[in-house]
Amino acid sequence: MAEAKVEATGTPVRRGLTRLAAPSDDKIYTWPHLVRAEFLCTLLVIAFMLVWSLLVDAPLEEPAAPTRTPNPSKAPWYFLGLQEILVYFDPWHAGVVAPSFIIVGLMVLPFIDINPKGNGYYTYSERKYEIQTFFLGFHVLWISLIIVGTFLRGPGWNWFWPWEPWDTHKVVAMTGIDLPYQLGIRSYWAQAAFGLVATAAYFAIGTVAMYMWVVKKKGVEFMERWGMARFGLTSFLFLNMLAIVIKMALRLGFNTKYIMATPWINI
Amino acid sequence: MSKWEEFKQQVIETQVWRSMFRHGYEDTPRNRILAVSGNVWLHLHPSKVRKHGIRLKFTWCMGGITFLMFLITIVTGVYLMFYYRPVAEYAYADMKYLEFDMPFGMLMRNMHRWAAHAMVIAVWLHMFRVFMTGSYKPPREFNWVVGCVLLVLTLLLSFTGYLLPWDQLSIWAVTVGSNMARATPLIGHEGPFREFVGVNDVYDARALLFGGGEIGPHTLLRFYILHCVFIPIVTTIFLVVHFWRIRRDGLSGPPA
Repeated sequence: MAEAKVEATGTPVRRGLTRLAAPSDDKIYTWPHLVRAEFLCTLLVIAFMLVWSLLVDAPLEEPAAPTRTPNPSKAPWYFLGLQEILVYFDPWHAGVVAPSFIIVGLMVLPFIDINPKGNGYYTYSERKYEIQTFFLGFHVLWISLIIVGTFLRGPGWNWFWPWEPWDTHKVVAMTGIDLPYQLGIRSYWAQAAFGLVATAAYFAIGTVAMYMWVVKKKGVEFMERWGMARFGLTSFLFLNMLAIVIKMALRLGFNTKYIMATPWINI
Repeated sequence: MSKWEEFKQQVIETQVWRSMFRHGYEDTPRNRILAVSGNVWLHLHPSKVRKHGIRLKFTWCMGGITFLMFLITIVTGVYLMFYYRPVAEYAYADMKYLEFDMPFGMLMRNMHRWAAHAMVIAVWLHMFRVFMTGSYKPPREFNWVVGCVLLVLTLLLSFTGYLLPWDQLSIWAVTVGSNMARATPLIGHEGPFREFVGVNDVYDARALLFGGGEIGPHTLLRFYILHCVFIPIVTTIFLVVHFWRIRRDGLSGPPA
């Protein structure tokens, strides 16, 4: 630091640009190094945007007609992951609760992740579970569902491969059956009660299982340091994310529609 | 002294030059710091940064590109605002007018739209990079939260702008997107537990967004104002906080 101070009084430095950094730290001056990099990046990106805009025109279809609904009606592409989970969940979850959980989950990330390692550099081995969870959420779910929604969904939100023509009259079996019914429960109230118990049990058992898994992997000492609030939040959000995968598997594998069906809310 | 240096010296010593630039720029550490801290635009940077922190393979430059996209949409957006009227009778005609009659109209519209899409992609890649380098860890937790707010604002900016061309693509994409709001628990007229609140199709969360029970001229005006005035202002405020926190905490990097 002392050397830097002497330099800072204004002695001209005649050597090359990079030598201006004091030898004791890895800092360089924003002017010109960072500003130059930003300037070059700006020029390149603006050039790229200009070429893109000259070559490809933004779409403009026929004037808005509120009485003529196109089939399929798709949300903007960045929301198609959410529109895709509408297949598996009711709108209150796919359109409101799930996105809220995604945003809240992202926001609490720095507070539930207490691993001090991997701060400021790339590493997989030091933060295996964080990265795996992020990959499940961001790459496996968010990105791939957007790709499915954008390229593989056609009229009636039915699945069409890119080489298949969009047949508006494609016949698809609507065989979605609620899970309690599939398991042989016929009474209406027993079905609702089963659904409620199953949903509650999923979160209860999931939380306990996760607790035991963390203790086994990381030890009791870690769990104490992590704290119940952080663990509870993490497991709740993680189980919600996993629930999307489970519900997709149940639908695609067994045609299950709802796990819990009541007059007020369906899950 | 070379010919070029001699010539430069002569120019600098003229009265005209001296009247504009009173001091020379001597390349000293002090001047390098002053160049940043004394400049209203540059001073959001720290005056010194860690060397690895500006490497492309570390930052991917995605935060900066996101901000650049924001600036491009502002510049092109102002141009579009000169010719576009957010009135159902005129909006679509103005789009055609803009595309076929206005000098650079099509280019400005294309750039506005592609920059908006690119901004969404860049902000995701930026978050992905920040996650991968663990840069949200202490002391930068709060800046990650600010970044999450900016993510939502970016999506809202893009979504509200989607309606403005007032064509089939925009009206139905926004209808599909906004229909989710009517399924909001308690406050949406098709959401769970609605009967305990007493909302209906003209008085619920979606009606607040639409300015009525259906998507229509009132929605266009509402989205226009959100898109051009309200959300950009809020975004700017959060951007200032975001940049300021980077300046205070420095660029992230491995422990020294």
